[in-house]
Amino acid sequence: MEILLVVIIGFLHAGGLYMLLRRSMFKMIIGLILLGNGANLLIFLLGRLVKGNPPVIEDGLKVFTDIYADPVPQALVLTAIVIGFGLQSFAIILIKRVYNVLNTDDLDELNSTDEEI
Amino acid sequence: MIVLPIIFQFIAGTILLFFWRKINLQKVLSILFSVIGLGISIWLFLQVWEKGIMVTQSGDWKAPFGISIVADTFGVTMVLLSSISGLAVSIFSTGSMRKERLAFGFFPIFHFLIMGLQGAFLTGDIFNLYVWFEVVIISSFVLLTLGGKKQQLEGALKYVSLNLLASSLFLIGIGFIYGLTGSLNMADVAIKLDGLQNRGLVSVTSGIFLVAFGIKSAIFPMYFWLPASYHTPPPAVSAIFAGLLTKLGIYAMLRTFTLMFGGDEFMGDIMVVLAALTILSGGLGAILQQNMGKVFGYLIICHIGFLIAGLGIYTELAIMGTIFYLIHDIIVKTNLFMVSGLILKINGTQDIKELGGMYKNFPLLSLLMAIPLFSLVGIPPLSGFWAKIFLIQAGLETKDFFLIGFIVLGSFLTLWVIARLWGEVFWKNSVGLPKKANGLYFGQMPLIDQWLMVFPIFLLAAISLYIGFSAENIILLSQKISSELMDPTGYIEAVLGLKAITP
Repeated sequence: MEILLVVIIGFLHAGGLYMLLRRSMFKMIIGLILLGNGANLLIFLLGRLVKGNPPVIEDGLKVFTDIYADPVPQALVLTAIVIGFGLQSFAIILIKRVYNVLNTDDLDELNSTDEEI
Repeated sequence: MIVLPIIFQFIAGTILLFFWRKINLQKVLSILFSVIGLGISIWLFLQVWEKGIMVTQSGDWKAPFGISIVADTFGVTMVLLSSISGLAVSIFSTGSMRKERLAFGFFPIFHFLIMGLQGAFLTGDIFNLYVWFEVVIISSFVLLTLGGKKQQLEGALKYVSLNLLASSLFLIGIGFIYGLTGSLNMADVAIKLDGLQNRGLVSVTSGIFLVAFGIKSAIFPMYFWLPASYHTPPPAVSAIFAGLLTKLGIYAMLRTFTLMFGGDEFMGDIMVVLAALTILSGGLGAILQQNMGKVFGYLIICHIGFLIAGLGIYTELAIMGTIFYLIHDIIVKTNLFMVSGLILKINGTQDIKELGGMYKNFPLLSLLMAIPLFSLVGIPPLSGFWAKIFLIQAGLETKDFFLIGFIVLGSFLTLWVIARLWGEVFWKNSVGLPKKANGLYFGQMPLIDQWLMVFPIFLLAAISLYIGFSAENIILLSQKISSELMDPTGYIEAVLGLKAITP
């Protein structure tokens, strides 16, 4: 399971970076989304995977007797997903506005703030 | 009690949301809230100054498990500085911003931005720091795009995409920290990282944090978003960005690299090299530019280099110089962009070639503007001088002559830029600009709006004069902060309770 997750995270990061380096604005946003998802999965993986042992203390016991799934990374990932969702929706609206105003999808043409010296 | 500044700003922003259409009422309320917020910050600062580090465990969860809110001297000083800058920009924006721009919730978002900053300065939890970062950047996105001009949207696209990338990197770093230590509380992480065998992985993690915070604070290879976006929004927005947003990255860097990754020599060397290159590229960039907003944008980068330099040298004296420089820089950079806003309002342009005759037409105002400009250069009695002295002294002690050279060079480049600016904008004869038909010029504004624009510049100029002339107080403060940062035992004990220090 870990190996599978590692491969998926690797692909998400590689794909995200590749898309970031493309010239199209829309592909750049997709790249950022892929990177965000890769980061979320990474936190989930680094919190150690435990199968079939929810962090619930059984009846009659006061402490955990066995190794249990850590709930903290899940909480972190949940928070990060929500925040990421907000930011990504803002970014998508922004590129839509940029596309409407500047009428181009090519990042190389968005240089009016840099070039004039 | 420590969370009071954060909660107050939250309430302020929420109340302002109820008066969406009543812009004039929003203006009055925003200034009022900023004054009260400043009062609260001063009160918190005095409390911490007298009693030492204060800690609140949110929800009364014990330290490593819950989220700790920690007010140490560094945190409350930053809260105080952000309140001062916030007040100045709040007053300045009531005078300088047009009604159409203010109509879409400028003031509520502004207070949420201040809330995010103060939350980030007070939290003791690395993931909570990430959440506050996001609060700050989403508010800054809105402030940057309000108005929706062509240039603004283009600048915002660059700013947004690089900040999103930095956030993902920060998140990856947090994942590594959690994987290594199983904890998120910064004090707890500090202890556990110390005992770790796998130093290579710790260095990699600190490298990820360096890149993530480096993008936010615009250090050498990662600064290109800053000159592309900071001159596009109205000057009031640029002022708060310049004063506080890049410094938030520096704050996070100082916090993590003293507390969690203290004294890693390899990272120290990397930081020294990055600092030198940041100073060089920022300074040279500023010389080339003709637009005043861009000149100041590049100067931000140049002086971020000084801050990183102190952290790279990593002795108590160097950290002290960095803290002093940080205090001076927040006040002066906020003021600088307000000055450029005032010049824009008076002349209708920010192009250095077209400007001129400021000194002839407005002698008193020019004298006022000279204070922030020459504080930035660090002409002896003014505030920038003291900070550079300590940085150079720290460099001499550790024999970092290479870095000293770059600090001196950076100061010369700043002097060159400011001297050129002074000559072109203030002393050169005015060429007589054509007036724009729809522009609202300073001369045509009501007297109260004129004062609302001049007063905050005066306020911050007075504070930077205070920093320069009673430097001994600021030195005392920076010394206390740097000794707290270099020996984090007090911080860790305060957060975790006394027993936890022996593992």
